[in-house]
Amino acid sequence: MKLFYKPLFAAVILGVSASGVAYAKDPVTLKVATHASLRLLDPMTSTADITRDHSYAVYETLFSLDSQYDPKPQMVGDYSVSADQLEWRFTLRDGLVFHDGAPVKAEDAVASLKRWFARDITGGRLGKITKTIEAVDDKTFKIHLTEPYGLMLDSLAKRNAHVPFIMPKRIAETPSNQNISEVIGSGPLRFVAEEFQPGVRVVYEKHKDYKPRSEPMDALSGAREVKVDRVEWISFPDAQTAINALQKGEIDIIERLNHDMAGLLKDKKGVVVHRSGDMQSPAIRLNWLQAPFNSIENRRAVLHAINQQDFMDALIGDPDGYKVCQALFGCGTPLSSDRGVVAPDPAKAKALLKQGGYKGESTVVLNITDNPTFQGLAPMTAQVLRSIGMKVDMPSMDFATYFSRRKLKTPSSEGGWSVAFGGWSLMDLTSPIANINLDTRGETGYDGWSQDDVMAKLKDDFARATTREEQKEIAAKIQERAYELVFYVPLGTYYNYSAHRESVDRLPQAPVSVYWNIGKPAKANAS
Amino acid sequence: MLKLILVRLASTIPVILVVTMLIFLLLRLSSGDPALLMAGDTASAEVIESMRISLGLDRPLTVQYGIWLSDLLKGDLGTSILTKQPVAAMIMERLEPTFLLTLSVICLTLLIAVPAGAIAAWFHRTWLDRSVMAFSVVGYSVPAFVIGYLLILSFAIYLNLLPVQGYVSPFTDFLGFVEHMTLPAVTLSIVMMALVARVTRSSLLEILGEDFIRTAKAKGNTDRRVLWKHALPNAAVPIITVIGISIASIIGGVVVTESVFNIPGVGRLTIDAIMSRDYPLVQGLILFFSLVYVGINLLVDLIYVLVDPRIRY
Repeated sequence: MKLFYKPLFAAVILGVSASGVAYAKDPVTLKVATHASLRLLDPMTSTADITRDHSYAVYETLFSLDSQYDPKPQMVGDYSVSADQLEWRFTLRDGLVFHDGAPVKAEDAVASLKRWFARDITGGRLGKITKTIEAVDDKTFKIHLTEPYGLMLDSLAKRNAHVPFIMPKRIAETPSNQNISEVIGSGPLRFVAEEFQPGVRVVYEKHKDYKPRSEPMDALSGAREVKVDRVEWISFPDAQTAINALQKGEIDIIERLNHDMAGLLKDKKGVVVHRSGDMQSPAIRLNWLQAPFNSIENRRAVLHAINQQDFMDALIGDPDGYKVCQALFGCGTPLSSDRGVVAPDPAKAKALLKQGGYKGESTVVLNITDNPTFQGLAPMTAQVLRSIGMKVDMPSMDFATYFSRRKLKTPSSEGGWSVAFGGWSLMDLTSPIANINLDTRGETGYDGWSQDDVMAKLKDDFARATTREEQKEIAAKIQERAYELVFYVPLGTYYNYSAHRESVDRLPQAPVSVYWNIGKPAKANAS
Repeated sequence: MLKLILVRLASTIPVILVVTMLIFLLLRLSSGDPALLMAGDTASAEVIESMRISLGLDRPLTVQYGIWLSDLLKGDLGTSILTKQPVAAMIMERLEPTFLLTLSVICLTLLIAVPAGAIAAWFHRTWLDRSVMAFSVVGYSVPAFVIGYLLILSFAIYLNLLPVQGYVSPFTDFLGFVEHMTLPAVTLSIVMMALVARVTRSSLLEILGEDFIRTAKAKGNTDRRVLWKHALPNAAVPIITVIGISIASIIGGVVVTESVFNIPGVGRLTIDAIMSRDYPLVQGLILFFSLVYVGINLLVDLIYVLVDPRIRY
């Protein structure tokens, strides 16, 4: 051992981290682990939730939905509609200022809405019946329609992609198939471009000139008061690392957790877990163009074979974490209905398959392996289809490949598909106009290529309806028709969760993750 | 020596050319379309097509490759499809954490694994040897992410000594850098240490049985001098080889370690770029990795010449 009477090397581990150190002059910074990495900044070219959340921080909308799904003015101060319901006038509220210091003008709203018309399905519907849209003066603009449109305010308050956010005219004039090159909004947070690291970190600062509305916050409507100096979004490629960081106090909030991950944080000291404001609604999409699901009976067989309870038990497990809900526009929403719903009945499913002339064609169920939203859906569906006598193939693939393959209209033997999935946020589904699963455009429409003139007419009627009662009745008919032809098969609804340090306020109860009205004491700055 | 460097550098050109072509073709022929991913779930065929045109993805593959190659010759790696930022700038921005992590791993390995392997060889068939070999087997067998999580649990969560995640540049806060880099560096170096310690031990065992070692001992050299002065330099070539190979293989480990410790390095950038089919960025990154591999191989060859004068090319 005399070789080693002196140390050969020394390993030095320096320092002991003192988490939670605060300095009086430090800006109060809210550190948030987001559910995804932000890369695309344009809410009109991306439908990603993270881009939508970013846009809610930076931009504002003319109207916002409250917790009762009623549209409430946000950027708008006053509005009116003519007696014939054809001319709408909107006046912007006082004190709206963009982050570059310019006042928000009516022409900015007009240019932003025109870009939205060109890109969004709901916007496109409104754009189609818009005869003129023009600024009357700096604060007022008017929309002249060719026919009455009962969903004007609901459309302007649309919450999910693509949301009609208002940008400066010079930016909003960017063609709708090109990304904007500047992020300037009038929202309560200012995007700090020089600190943005795509896929890693996003920094916002409080918009000092922002004047919140006086009404209290109610879902997305009302006052938006930023109570911290900075908000930092940090991307975590691994959910477990985010959980560790929250436990250690290195971050303040985990914006979205699935049920399993939320369980890991329950009862941890200094951490609070709660349900977030939105729910997730997975659904089955069937390919209407190719056998076996070009037959209504075969599609109805799937509808009868599926038991939401089984899916939710397998995917979520905890009955407190999900709802069995067959209402296509959500349970507890204004258009909720039980019209046309079908009870699970495997015997009937088998009989319908016979009736539909199923000849043992291969049924291709696309299995996505790298996206937690879709985890388990394909194996469960495959098993259900096998149980009623269908022959199933289940190719596995990453999300990018799935996306491409789902566009193929060819028979499954030539690379096409029979069963795909959608992982919807409940707010995507609450309106028959915005619910893309009810698309009726056939081969030019949404994947699955459903086509039905009756449904198209019902949707037009819904858009023209001017009272809630009228809308509700037509929505029930739409649901009935959707179940009759099996536009899609809902698989239940489950909660997302978020978690935060005890020292900060919880994320507001809104269907979108927003970072206003969250207080945090200066001494609680995350390390 | 200069001639060797120039010849080896020249020979990398066709290698790089083949790599670029292969990567270009593999990416384009694999399924997945960045225009689709950007346009989103509900976009119509017209919107997706207009997006493809605006991204230049509608052009023939040969034209796309030609444009990329000619830009490359001008030193331009292109622009990311998603972020519209220059690829070279994106790689450079993420290079610092990865480079420093790799450097830390190499330093830890050299400081610990080579002496550990030497000790194991010298004290062959004693408890010291068996301990080093047991560590070697475990270190090489346990995946890096398991080691990472165990270290986080022990040193960050229970003992509260080090941070869980993140990266701090040493140029802004050196102590912060050491704090944040300790766990990832240890995680990644355990695998490399296991391999290097094992190879050091076996090479030294072979050398220690040679006649010249017996002669050195007979001439009255101390044990320490025999081991460090006579045995280790003669066992260096296989050790250098395995270190070179390990550095190359670290790139794979870096991807996992950067994810577990949330370090914004090139490993994470690569995964993100592949998942989003950001073709120019993936091409730029693969080109970068190829150059790193070539560089390491060249460096190893040069060290051979320096360590063992008998080696000639």
